[in-house]
Amino acid sequence: MSDKIPVTVLTGYLGAGKTTLLNRILSEPHGKKYAVIVNEFGEIGIDNDLVVNADEEVFEMNNGCICCTVRGDLVRIIDGLMKRKGKFDAIIIETTGLADPAPVAQTFFVDEAVGAKTKLDAVVTVADAKWLKDRLKDAPEAKNQIAFADVILINKTDLVTAEELREIEARIRGINPYAKLHRTERAKIALDEVLGRNAFDLDRILDIEPEFLHRDDHDHGDGHHHPHPGGGLKHYHDEEMQSVALRTEKPLNPDKFFPWVQDLVAKDGPSILRCKGILSFKDDPARFVFQGVHMILDGDHQRAWVEGEKRDSRIVFIGRNLPEEKIRQGFESCVA
Amino acid sequence: MTDSRADTASLTDRIRAIKAGAPVFGVHFLGDVAVFVLGEEVLLFADAGGERRVGVHAGAILAAAAADWRIVTGGDDGRLVATDAQGNQQTVATDEKRRWIDHVALGPDGAVAWSAGKTAFVRTGKGEVRFLDAPSTPAGLAFAPKGLRLAIAHYNGVTLWFPNYVDAAPEKFAWKGSHLGVMFSPDGRFLVTSMQEPMLHGWRLADGKDMRMSGYAARVRSLDWSAGGGFLATSGSDQVILWPFQGKDGPMGKQPRLLAPAQARVGVVACHPRQPVVAAGYADGMVLLLRIDDGAEILARRPGASPVTALGWDAAGARLAFGTEDGEAGEAGVLQL
Ligand SMILES: [Zn+2]
Repeated sequence: MSDKIPVTVLTGYLGAGKTTLLNRILSEPHGKKYAVIVNEFGEIGIDNDLVVNADEEVFEMNNGCICCTVRGDLVRIIDGLMKRKGKFDAIIIETTGLADPAPVAQTFFVDEAVGAKTKLDAVVTVADAKWLKDRLKDAPEAKNQIAFADVILINKTDLVTAEELREIEARIRGINPYAKLHRTERAKIALDEVLGRNAFDLDRILDIEPEFLHRDDHDHGDGHHHPHPGGGLKHYHDEEMQSVALRTEKPLNPDKFFPWVQDLVAKDGPSILRCKGILSFKDDPARFVFQGVHMILDGDHQRAWVEGEKRDSRIVFIGRNLPEEKIRQGFESCVA
Repeated sequence: MTDSRADTASLTDRIRAIKAGAPVFGVHFLGDVAVFVLGEEVLLFADAGGERRVGVHAGAILAAAAADWRIVTGGDDGRLVATDAQGNQQTVATDEKRRWIDHVALGPDGAVAWSAGKTAFVRTGKGEVRFLDAPSTPAGLAFAPKGLRLAIAHYNGVTLWFPNYVDAAPEKFAWKGSHLGVMFSPDGRFLVTSMQEPMLHGWRLADGKDMRMSGYAARVRSLDWSAGGGFLATSGSDQVILWPFQGKDGPMGKQPRLLAPAQARVGVVACHPRQPVVAAGYADGMVLLLRIDDGAEILARRPGASPVTALGWDAAGARLAFGTEDGEAGEAGVLQL
């Protein structure tokens, strides 16, 4: 298991600072070697021994569904890189600003050879503090990258006011309340915040609570404290992209749950970007965890419920125009 | 969980073991010399006189094809190198952008094809180099058995290119999905691709009629034609699946022949060059020889520590070489029949 090569995906709109982050990762004295897959139209040079240029080729599977895709270039490149296994410790994929992260992630679930040798670690999105708000309006890719992310760097925070920063954080939270948010300047961040996250590891789907803004909302010297309830958080609902979080303390019936969730992703998969869940089934001593990208689901028994642990079932969907009421009712009908 | 095949006739004592020292990705014979393609840099030559290693690339060897007197390899160093049985090398081409050479195929009259990025190249026997940009990155190349025709597998189908006819538009064979490997039948009547999904697709060249071959557990990574071309042997399942191609409709409407079910998956197949026999390498390291007519089995190698990744016959079918992925320092061997 652990000898699978971890893969980190860096996304972000053009100019947000992806390449700055990449070069920062490569230049820090961590003693690790990375294989880096960059797109052909990279912004600036990458200083690394093993750099592969990719032409982002998104291939639909032949089941006729538009959301079931793989990145053909990654299937090929990772196959080739595996011949040099031992020469690097991890793989970093830098996508173009217009890339959809979903086909990248799906490649690791769909392609058996890729999945056998490598594992997706996390999708890290770099957002431009000043321009993200505009991009969310005019670029669907930018919204996808936020919605899909496990870790988001709000970069170039030095170019905006504290108020603008709170605004953009609230916008991001309105789309994806589950990602880890970091404020950065020149993509400066501790590398363990972006690497080795295990965000796609079923064993690590422990906490799917929303990641609310830190209360230590830095005082940027304006002298004011904003005594709003809820810590001065603005709350936005994105009109298009949102998350649906469900929870029940009643045990679920697996014979109802699996047909329901499979039917849901079969029908609404194109609009569901990601989902995650921790489930408590009736008469089952073990927690069941699952995750999904569009129509692809991956799940397993994780470990026994611990004595005293609250046995509830939680499930989260992030996607576009999700039929929240339908999902809620469907989930409730899965109670044993 | 391994297969002991305890009651099966065995030739395992005729193996000459070879310590490859690295994962083996392919094996070919140049006359009496078995040439093992290792993952990185090196070809390992083994013959009666011993073994020697020949460095051919400054990095991974991504593709290899052998015919007659030479093996041609493509590397992630952007070079295409021909090596003969004595280990003499010649650089056939160097990609000007130093892109990976992803695929290599050898054709009639000394023609060589390769691909880098979205472009397929052919160097004719006369030394002229031609190129064609494919609609997406080529995922497989194959020369037709006759004439200078190159099949290029890519997303949504195959392009059939005639490098000698500059004005002739390439022929297109369309089928939705990602095609990852391509082969002509030995009689040149059919074109078969392996797909990203666990299935094969095929076309009858005369009329473009489609053929679908499915039922696999995994992507089909190894295909080979039986001697005479009557069957297409395939990996991708926990038995060898052979599609009948004798009739004018190929395998359409016919059941495949299923041989040697095992507890591990078939990873690689190689047909005997003269007899109706196929060698199958399994994920548990086992190698079986199977008679296609009645499915009779001979154990060529017992299960080992790692999956069989390469099989190759010499021209006479007197020797079978095999290689494995990993474990035990990439063990390999040659079986003398
Ligand atoms: Zn789909």
